[in-house]
Amino acid sequence: MGTLILQDSTVLKGSSFGAIGGFEGEIVFNTSMTGYQEILTDPSYAKQIVVMTYPEIGNYGINDFDFESDDPSLVGFVVKNACKTYSHYKARESLGDYLKSKNIIALEGVDTRSLVKKIREFGTMSAFITSNDVDNEFIKNKIEELQTFKIKSDIVLDVSPKSRYIFNPQGQINLAFIDYGAKRGILQSLAKRDCRITVYPATVEAKEILENDYDALFLSNGPGDPADCTFQIMQIKQMMGKIPIFGICLGYQLLALASGATTYKLKYGHRGANHPVINLENNKVMMTSQNHGYAVDVNNITKFMRPTYKNLNDDTLEGFEISSLGVYAVQFHPEANPGPEDASIIFDEWVNIAKKDIDRINEVKNER
Amino acid sequence: MKDKTLKKVLVIGSGPIVIGQAAEFDYAGVQACRALKEERIEIVLVNSNPATIMTDEEIANKVYIEPLTIESLTKIIKKERPQGLIATLGGQTALNLACELYDSGVLEEYNVRVLGTDIASIKKAEDRELFKNLMEEINEPIPQSEIVSNWNDAYAFSQKIGFPIIIRPAFTLGGSGGGIARNEREYEEIVHSGLSQSPINQVLVEKSIAGYKEIEYEVIRDANDTCIIICNMENIDPIGIHTGDSFVVAPSQTLTNNEFQMLRTSAIKIVRALKIEGGCNVQFALDTMSNKYYVIEVNPRVSRSSALASKASGYPIAKIATKIAVGYKLHEIKNSITQKTTAAFEPALDYVVVKIPKWPFDKFSTGDRILGTKMKATGEIMAIGREFNSAFKKAVTSLEERYTGLLRRGFEELSNDALLSELYIQDDRRIFRLAQAIYNNNDINKLCAITKIDKWFISKIKEIVDLEHELTKSKLSKELYLKAKKCAFLDEEIAQLTQSTIDSIKKFNINAAFRIVDTCASEFEAATPYFYSTYGEECEVEEFKEKYSKDYKKPKENILVLGSGPIRIGQGIEFDYCSVHASLELIKNGYESIMVNSNPETLSTDFDIATRLYFEPMNAEYIMNIIKKENPKGVLVQFGGQTAINLAEKLSQEGVKILGTSLESINAVEDRKVFERLLKELNIPQPKGCAVTSTTQALNAVKELNYPVLVRPSYVIGGRGMQVVYNDDELLTYISEAFKFSNEHPVLIDQYLEGQEVELDAISDGRDILIPGICEHIERAGVHSGDSMSIYPSQNISRKNEKILVQYATKIARKLNIKGLMNIQFIIKDDKVYVIEVNPRASRTVPIMSKVTGVPMVNIALSAILGKSIRRAGYGVGLYKKSNLVSVKMPVFSWQKLNRIDPALAPEMKSTGEVLGVDTTYKKALYKAFLAGGYKFSKSKQRVLVSLNDHCKKPALPIIKKLFKQGFFIMATWGTHKFLEKNGIPSKMIEKFMIDKLQKRMKNGRLSFIINTPTTGKNSQNSGFQIRTIAQMYNIPSFTSIDTANAFLTAYKVFDRSTVLDYDTINNYRKKKFLDIFK
Repeated sequence: MGTLILQDSTVLKGSSFGAIGGFEGEIVFNTSMTGYQEILTDPSYAKQIVVMTYPEIGNYGINDFDFESDDPSLVGFVVKNACKTYSHYKARESLGDYLKSKNIIALEGVDTRSLVKKIREFGTMSAFITSNDVDNEFIKNKIEELQTFKIKSDIVLDVSPKSRYIFNPQGQINLAFIDYGAKRGILQSLAKRDCRITVYPATVEAKEILENDYDALFLSNGPGDPADCTFQIMQIKQMMGKIPIFGICLGYQLLALASGATTYKLKYGHRGANHPVINLENNKVMMTSQNHGYAVDVNNITKFMRPTYKNLNDDTLEGFEISSLGVYAVQFHPEANPGPEDASIIFDEWVNIAKKDIDRINEVKNER
Repeated sequence: MKDKTLKKVLVIGSGPIVIGQAAEFDYAGVQACRALKEERIEIVLVNSNPATIMTDEEIANKVYIEPLTIESLTKIIKKERPQGLIATLGGQTALNLACELYDSGVLEEYNVRVLGTDIASIKKAEDRELFKNLMEEINEPIPQSEIVSNWNDAYAFSQKIGFPIIIRPAFTLGGSGGGIARNEREYEEIVHSGLSQSPINQVLVEKSIAGYKEIEYEVIRDANDTCIIICNMENIDPIGIHTGDSFVVAPSQTLTNNEFQMLRTSAIKIVRALKIEGGCNVQFALDTMSNKYYVIEVNPRVSRSSALASKASGYPIAKIATKIAVGYKLHEIKNSITQKTTAAFEPALDYVVVKIPKWPFDKFSTGDRILGTKMKATGEIMAIGREFNSAFKKAVTSLEERYTGLLRRGFEELSNDALLSELYIQDDRRIFRLAQAIYNNNDINKLCAITKIDKWFISKIKEIVDLEHELTKSKLSKELYLKAKKCAFLDEEIAQLTQSTIDSIKKFNINAAFRIVDTCASEFEAATPYFYSTYGEECEVEEFKEKYSKDYKKPKENILVLGSGPIRIGQGIEFDYCSVHASLELIKNGYESIMVNSNPETLSTDFDIATRLYFEPMNAEYIMNIIKKENPKGVLVQFGGQTAINLAEKLSQEGVKILGTSLESINAVEDRKVFERLLKELNIPQPKGCAVTSTTQALNAVKELNYPVLVRPSYVIGGRGMQVVYNDDELLTYISEAFKFSNEHPVLIDQYLEGQEVELDAISDGRDILIPGICEHIERAGVHSGDSMSIYPSQNISRKNEKILVQYATKIARKLNIKGLMNIQFIIKDDKVYVIEVNPRASRTVPIMSKVTGVPMVNIALSAILGKSIRRAGYGVGLYKKSNLVSVKMPVFSWQKLNRIDPALAPEMKSTGEVLGVDTTYKKALYKAFLAGGYKFSKSKQRVLVSLNDHCKKPALPIIKKLFKQGFFIMATWGTHKFLEKNGIPSKMIEKFMIDKLQKRMKNGRLSFIINTPTTGKNSQNSGFQIRTIAQMYNIPSFTSIDTANAFLTAYKVFDRSTVLDYDTINNYRKKKFLDIFK
């Protein structure tokens, strides 16, 4: 019997079906009904324990094609029922075997619905997941430890690449891309639109990017509190107005902070494949894939930031632009993986901007 | 926003319940009407089906129970002048009618706009060629096909496409002459045979995608182009079996995110290209070994699948589709579940839903059980489980069959080889064969190869089978018990498998927990009073009550309403009508109503209808779980048909209070001896009869009763296994069948009186009785009341006998202390009244009688049950005053969908639905009933085939004379011909063995109808049976009762006189004469 200990003193038992051991992390839940493989390998889940609300997980095993990064960054995985038999022509191994091989602790047989309600009520909290049965003494101490647990402030560096590399070298549109823990889906979406992407680590300085003649800069998703990324925000500030910049998720939050807005932690975040987002220009609603624990405070944005998207569930800001500076960003994931592909048109729009607006941006530059 | 110019909207219903078009459209229609009412839009509703809730005056403002024809709709439009018409809520029937109204220019002439999805879009989705073009335009793949009329073209197609190929001959019935070719040799053979069998020498050759996964998406789009998926569903059965006949799971289980999204994106692309404004269903075939997929079908309307998706997800599709039709955008509609968010979202499920069809083969033992592209199920059940296994097991239990498990279904005797070869058969029992094959330890991969069912599903079923095996082998521990409960095994099953007692199980003290269906996987707080049970988890009922029940601190009393389970022949939508009204009325009376049912098609399982809804199997254990949780004042069993009545005894044994008529009284009328004694005591005549438990007893009994006798099992739905029997041989054949149906109960044998059958429904408070009206059947006794035409008010019953009927009913009601509804059937023979049946519960005719008399029967019955005197209801006591209208109820059958079933009317019910003809005179009402029933009338008189059995010949003579006088050309079989000749009626003799010739006539439409009274015996070799079944194939009416034929001739006369029909609301008809006076 494995154990899950929460910051609010809840203790749940489950059968271990992953690796042996125990980890602390931040516990969050995801409501997607498909795409566990993508979720497992999304680097934004670094140091988190993910609870799936959909009860049957592992149905189609693990395949070679649906990874969002080389390795999972999360530390624990909690489900209602891990399927003993998987079935899919692409599958190469079972979910359990994969988790074992990647040293991820996983529990099944947990009353996930009740667990999710706890997270919903308490808010995102710290938790300890272990494949072992533990005694009361251990639990008591652990709960105490959990009260002070915090994901480290430089978590981005853990999931960011160590050095620069080029993705899709034959692409025609020349993009710089800062990888704070990017999902592969973003790179693939850009490559599909004929981009040559130079991927930089999160430690890159502004001048290194500006030195090169990129058509645009792309800021990726990533884990952690955006306000912790002071170095990265500084670099972005230096580049704004000098090159079109696009941002997704953490990239969007960093762009907002660089523009003078503030962010705050959501009670339990947005993680799932069914988040309705309304385009404030034409009132069309898209279903989006989301994974974020922080939000840009819509009441505290600068007058230059034009809100472009809003979440219909809780009215949080989901996108903004500063067209005069060529800044465009969204909180949600237009690359989906997992989730609906409705928002993929945003890549089209942005790549078009990168293509067409280069001259216009140059004009703005000259005026200064 | 809402279109403010809309003041009045026409809603077209789907007509009678037939296979493929059942209660789901009543559910959709009522949701639509309620949504329109919220917008203060006046609703004009037209439907020929009187058993529906949508035809209640509380639901729509103006209710027309009229035939669904272009003529009637045109006149109604002319009179009502609605600004809009919603075409997409009444199934294929309403959709086709709307298209016809559009094409004929009626809509334009009267300025009626089609709301929501428009006609052009509907046509693009419905017309094969237009749809094909559109799909090619937007680059969405459809299975390639071609119409060919010679081998060369067929060969060319095969060279282009490759094998396998499906060959479908044009215009042959039941797909005869077609098949699947796996290679050129087979192909050549089938194409040639198909070409020769097709009357126009054409076959459709199509790329075979049998074995692909079948996946459906329910989509909603608004005028702003916002497009969302409510739910996707995966058929456990691969492509090849109609989705209505497939086991279905929601959401899909075997699709990766990539595949799920690929199809989702495609569905949205198609719905956008079609410019759907409202609900739409898109069906895909997905290869099991690649990303390849095909679009198979698009339904630009709400459907059976959308009803299922609504119940599976908690998202009210029909309601939202209606709001879109009147101008709203999805993000402008408030989400009634969270109260905070909008309708623009996609539900997330944290449970699994399984649907299983309910087939009528238990009634139609001769029927062809093979499933294919033609739907055969009359209804369906749905079950919700926290995982697939419990959902699946619960679904099997919900079927209300004798067996509740997957094994011991009669396949354990087969050798493994025989079982495996039978596993190729795709019929209603294949899942049980599969379970047995798993039990026999066959290799899973082999079973996948045979059945083409995905390995995931088979291995899940294996987990259930293995657990059953484990139970038989192990000692029952608390741990094992919990494991079995989590997998939805019943206590009864566990006790039996582990050879332990129920009491020893109960000491584990493990209780069911109830969880909420909330559309959002608990991401948000949700106020849906919609629950399902599970084990080993937290229960959410108390928490829910605390948060959302206004009277939590001072709770109201609650009462449990038992629904009627899946729609089947003999237990249809009328009981849903009763359950829904009972629930709504309970709330009005200051109670909380707790609804339990297992049918996803119905309104009763809409969480808006009760204070709290429990979607659970109609099984005593499941219901007891709810009772333990809710602690109701009592249970209402009289509104849920035989399903609910059958549960009464078990619930009562557990100490549950049965409200209304007592269990003793219910049993008294079912127990032959008690009932006989009771009638004797009351001095009420009845046909002589007795209850028997063995064949010897039966043979002795008939010696006293004399043939003909009526043999029937007790405690069954719709006269299952009931038969008129004329001699010992027949008796011996039927009695064994009757014992089979009867379970532990005895079989009843009655003297068969061939008289006038009369029926009444009554409401009683134990003291007084209110009889809204008396109905008279057109067919003489011997035809099941559900299958006979019936007239209200009765036309041929003397005042004296009317008084006797009321007197008998009153006596019975008092004696049995009936509290609530009761239905009594009588026979009047030689001016003497006999009671033949008493049903101490709501009957099939309650909705009709409520509508034609204006007496809200269920409401008054409920007051009586709750202890109020019926005198206070304001409708008086005794026989209620006759309405000024005349109504004729006409049964509707689904012969087209079921092969090899004898359409002869018998004591056993066979109809699936009914229509009502309403007018000011009997003749016009009769004519309307036939029109509504789909009968065609033609000015040019054609041939009629007459074939009568011996004891019908004499009584049929005046009718055949009438037939001749009305100008029909009579063809007769040998015996009938001789008989007619002797009586001076000319006819052309036709040999019974000349079936081929007959078939040709029927095919060419040169036969108007058939009068064929059956000889006894369910012998499918007999020529009458053959004639009838061929006629049913070609949709030629065959009257097997001379009384129906007679009525048809009467209706024909109305037609011949070119009578102009008027159409009016049921409310106006009731007052018609009164209104006429003031004209």
